[in-house]
Amino acid sequence: MKEKLKGIVESAVAQISESDGMDRLNEIRVSFLGKKGELTSVLKSMKEVAPEERPLVGQLVNDARAEIEALLEGKKAAFAKKLREEQIRKETIDVTLPAKKPMMGRPHPNTIALEEIENIFIGMGYEVVEGPDVEYDYYNFEALNIPANHPAKDEQDTFYVNSNIVLRTQTSPTQVREMEKGKLPIRMIAPGRVFRSDEVDATHSPSFHQVEGLVIDKNITLADLKGTLAEFAKALFGEETKVKFRPHHFPFTEPSAEMDVSCFKCGGKGCRFCKGSGWIEILGCGMVHPHVLEMSGIDPEEYTGFAFGVGLERVALLKYEIDDMRLLYENDVRFLKQF
Amino acid sequence: MNTPLSWIKAYVPELSCTSQEYTDAMTLTGTKVEGFVELDKNLEKIVVGKILKIEKHPDADKLVICQVQISEEGETVQIVTGAPNVLEGQKVPVVLDGGRVAGSAHDNEPHPDGIKIKKGKLRGVDSFGMMCSIGELGAGREMYPDAPENGIYILSDNPDYANAKIGSCVPELLGLKDTVFEYEITSNRVDCFGVLGIAREAAATFGKPFIPPVVKETGNSEKASDYVSVEVEDTKLCPRYIGRVVKNIKIGPSPEWMKRRLAAMGIRPINNIVDITNYVMEEFGQPMHAYDLDTIKGHKIVVKRAMDGATFQTLDGQERKLDSSMLMICDGEKEIGIAGIMGGENSKITEEVTTMLFEAACFDGTNIRLSGKKLGMRTDAQAKFEKGLDPNNALAAINRACQLVEELGAGEVVGGMVDVYPEPWEPKRVAYDVERINALLGTEIDEDTMISYFERIDLAVDREKKELTVPTWRQDINCLADIAEEAARFYGYENIPMTLPRGEATTGGLSKKLAVEKKARNIAERFGFYEGMTYSFESPKVFDKLLIPEEDKLRRTVVISNPLGEDYSGMRTISLNGMLTSLATNYNRRNKKVRLYEMGNIYLPKALPLTELPEERCQLTLGMYGEGDFFDIKGVAEMILEGCGLEERKEYDPKAGRPYLHPGRQADIVYDNTVIGFLGEVHPEALDHYGIGVKCYVAVLDMPELVKRAGSTKKYKGLAKYPAVTRDISMVMPKEILAGEVEEIIRTKGGKLMEHCDLFDLYEGSQIKEGFKSIAYSIVFRSEERTLEDKEVNGYMEKILEALKEKGIELRQ
Repeated sequence: MKEKLKGIVESAVAQISESDGMDRLNEIRVSFLGKKGELTSVLKSMKEVAPEERPLVGQLVNDARAEIEALLEGKKAAFAKKLREEQIRKETIDVTLPAKKPMMGRPHPNTIALEEIENIFIGMGYEVVEGPDVEYDYYNFEALNIPANHPAKDEQDTFYVNSNIVLRTQTSPTQVREMEKGKLPIRMIAPGRVFRSDEVDATHSPSFHQVEGLVIDKNITLADLKGTLAEFAKALFGEETKVKFRPHHFPFTEPSAEMDVSCFKCGGKGCRFCKGSGWIEILGCGMVHPHVLEMSGIDPEEYTGFAFGVGLERVALLKYEIDDMRLLYENDVRFLKQF
Repeated sequence: MNTPLSWIKAYVPELSCTSQEYTDAMTLTGTKVEGFVELDKNLEKIVVGKILKIEKHPDADKLVICQVQISEEGETVQIVTGAPNVLEGQKVPVVLDGGRVAGSAHDNEPHPDGIKIKKGKLRGVDSFGMMCSIGELGAGREMYPDAPENGIYILSDNPDYANAKIGSCVPELLGLKDTVFEYEITSNRVDCFGVLGIAREAAATFGKPFIPPVVKETGNSEKASDYVSVEVEDTKLCPRYIGRVVKNIKIGPSPEWMKRRLAAMGIRPINNIVDITNYVMEEFGQPMHAYDLDTIKGHKIVVKRAMDGATFQTLDGQERKLDSSMLMICDGEKEIGIAGIMGGENSKITEEVTTMLFEAACFDGTNIRLSGKKLGMRTDAQAKFEKGLDPNNALAAINRACQLVEELGAGEVVGGMVDVYPEPWEPKRVAYDVERINALLGTEIDEDTMISYFERIDLAVDREKKELTVPTWRQDINCLADIAEEAARFYGYENIPMTLPRGEATTGGLSKKLAVEKKARNIAERFGFYEGMTYSFESPKVFDKLLIPEEDKLRRTVVISNPLGEDYSGMRTISLNGMLTSLATNYNRRNKKVRLYEMGNIYLPKALPLTELPEERCQLTLGMYGEGDFFDIKGVAEMILEGCGLEERKEYDPKAGRPYLHPGRQADIVYDNTVIGFLGEVHPEALDHYGIGVKCYVAVLDMPELVKRAGSTKKYKGLAKYPAVTRDISMVMPKEILAGEVEEIIRTKGGKLMEHCDLFDLYEGSQIKEGFKSIAYSIVFRSEERTLEDKEVNGYMEKILEALKEKGIELRQ
């Protein structure tokens, strides 16, 4: 009996080692361990074994079974591994083939510049508000200390709808609208479209965008204006950016200034980009004129404030070195994809 | 505004700085220097030479050999020249070996770095320098009219240069050792539109004494009032009129120094009288006019408004149409000049003039500006008057002019003047408060320092009363903030510290409107749409291009009264034109797959003509061609709506009948029973109008409606624990029945347990009878509490089928 079992196991070992695939392994399993298999038939012939030897023979059969099963499992695992390797080999791809990019759009360069500006000021506690594009003459001019027939009205080449209604020439009327609400302190920026009657060319457009800024509180100083705008310039153009304030004139601020930033192309050494000066003019600003505060119902004895206005296109053109403003309004996707 | 440095230095003699230092310092105190030109930038080693001898060149017909004396001591050099106009004995500019000239005689254009001159041989003969034309000196004949068009500038032909020392510096002799600065003067600084005003600023900027010319009232023992009388009818439009008389006029050239200063300002010298007028206008910023007194009828000046419809010939020979808003200078009978703008042909100074009336007046700036606009004129005088001049300056100016007339021997000044000045301007008194100024600036400037700044610009300080007396030329100083600016300017903006506002903290952020718009933009971008921007004003022709009927209310636009042209004349009432124009641009440039969006306003008038502001509605406009169809853009629109929190069911009304869209491929988007947008394929005829040769799809979302409904109310719902029961139905029905109607039936009859239904097949074709379509839905039922039994589902299915049957829809076998 022992011999017989040994023969079965040896035969199984030989067959398993020679097997060439999962199917063959299954056949082997059936031929040895199946209902009509060799090992099963040994068990069936147990009744021919003397009763006292049965436990021993039983043990031997079980051992043989276990041995064959282990061999089968081992071989199966080897086959599975080989199959997986084969699959992986077949599935290998050229990873340098081009990527399949999902179609994804981008914001307009103006919007990218605007969002940067918004984020800087939101971080400093400013609210982003809006005002109408078509505006009363009062808000666009009069309430900003530009009375009727003031030459500034000509300077700004205003589009009129009628004598009372204009296309706003600046975002500054939003200042007045915010101040009139009477909720103090104010920290706001107001982006928007503005209109001036300039013929379209590489540096002019009859419609462009500004971002207005306004802070009204007790004890606001020109030093606060300088500090705030210096932070803004650094955030927008880089930590090493320097600022320069020059006295200027705007009817609605006093004192007034223009701010230059050190040329971010040459770092201030002077290049073609900054026309050799090392500085680039970036915005106008000033302390809100007491008369403007008064007209909007704020007591200039108690409150002071500063205001500034940045041209969005100017920032976008500078930042991306775009040399023709008309590109911003053509909407050629080859242009828009670059930002 | 331009000034040569030499003219500034005439009043600030201690000024000593480089051109760049001047530029930087003046800019930082508020007189912005835009740029400067150093007239002698490329002029080196150029001296006065005297031609001693001229011989023929042995080998060239067109060249001569000159022996030129170049120093008093008698040193000579040999120079070969081809210039046609040289003669022995002449004095000429000579550039020596190793020197430099500004340009070449051939093109008369200055070269950026000039041209280096070296000794050399011309056709075998040594030449040790070059004689110069005016162009080679970097100047031109406009400013040096005596220079010949071709050839050397012969200095000895000009009486002013004839006695120049041999060997002396030519740039210095010709006034070219100078720098001309160009300024950007802000409109509030009327005083800086004159050289004296800028010189005062320069003196204050550099802390040097300001020494203006001493002006005296000169004249003989006669009285001007015996020659002329003046009557001002409208003293509001003419607050001051001064007339002075000059007789025995001798017209002639003005001296070289005056010519040079005028030339540097870009003014061409003409003759002594004209030049004096221009000189004083530039020096004092006060325009003046000269009339031939013999042409003035009744020797009487009347300043009054013009008659409506009258015409007048100005001294440029042009006929001008007048109206009663314009102020005129008249004599006893007729108009002789348009006040502040231009004199008349009938009274202008000619070479024959013997007696002249000088006018220095002050006119209302706004009136002059408006008159100039109406007349379509813009003269130098007008540009100055527009700014609103100081009447007190007019007196100094006219006396200065008369003084120059005497100094230059241009005539005999008659004593006295006629001065109509009913309401003289007085200096203003403005209180100062050092503490409040420091509080506004964020500085700690002490009182003495601050006062020193005020004194620099001629503000008289009363320390007792803490008051400043402001001269009338500074009309821009009226309140403490104005004084604070003066203090800041001279303290230096760069010295003011940088701080951040303290005080109550504020929460920043986007308004809800902007936040929703941003969300919508982001989703559009996520699905491949690039942001574009187009103009808000459009041509009225747009409506025809978009097939919008004549009577449509979209054609009621806010119209700009002074547009850049018809193409930019109306504020858009629909956003599609900008989008289609942009798509057309891309199409014409062969861009294949294009998706654009714009977030922009339309402008809807509440009533026309406009009395209140129009309603501005922000529209999100999507447009695409090249890839995707109606259902793609519909998908994107739905994603945007859902992303903005409009999570309920959207309905699509195919019967909106928008003329610019394909009649069979368009829908209004209805939410909450409100039209919140529309979408569709662009009408093929409209596409033709835009020259687009492919199908385009657009969607427009009315953002105010989205903003109103935005804000998600999303709450977590447990994940389904029980299995769903799914029933598929396949139907055949007339084409006209919309899928939306089928879904509506399934939804209403499916009961609460109906979870969702999905379209899984749509077929029209050979196996279906003509005019019908086959459509199949998968309907999913599920309970949150238990496993559903077939019986329950069957009940609902029966109801659904029954309702479908009523609608004429049969189940497909």
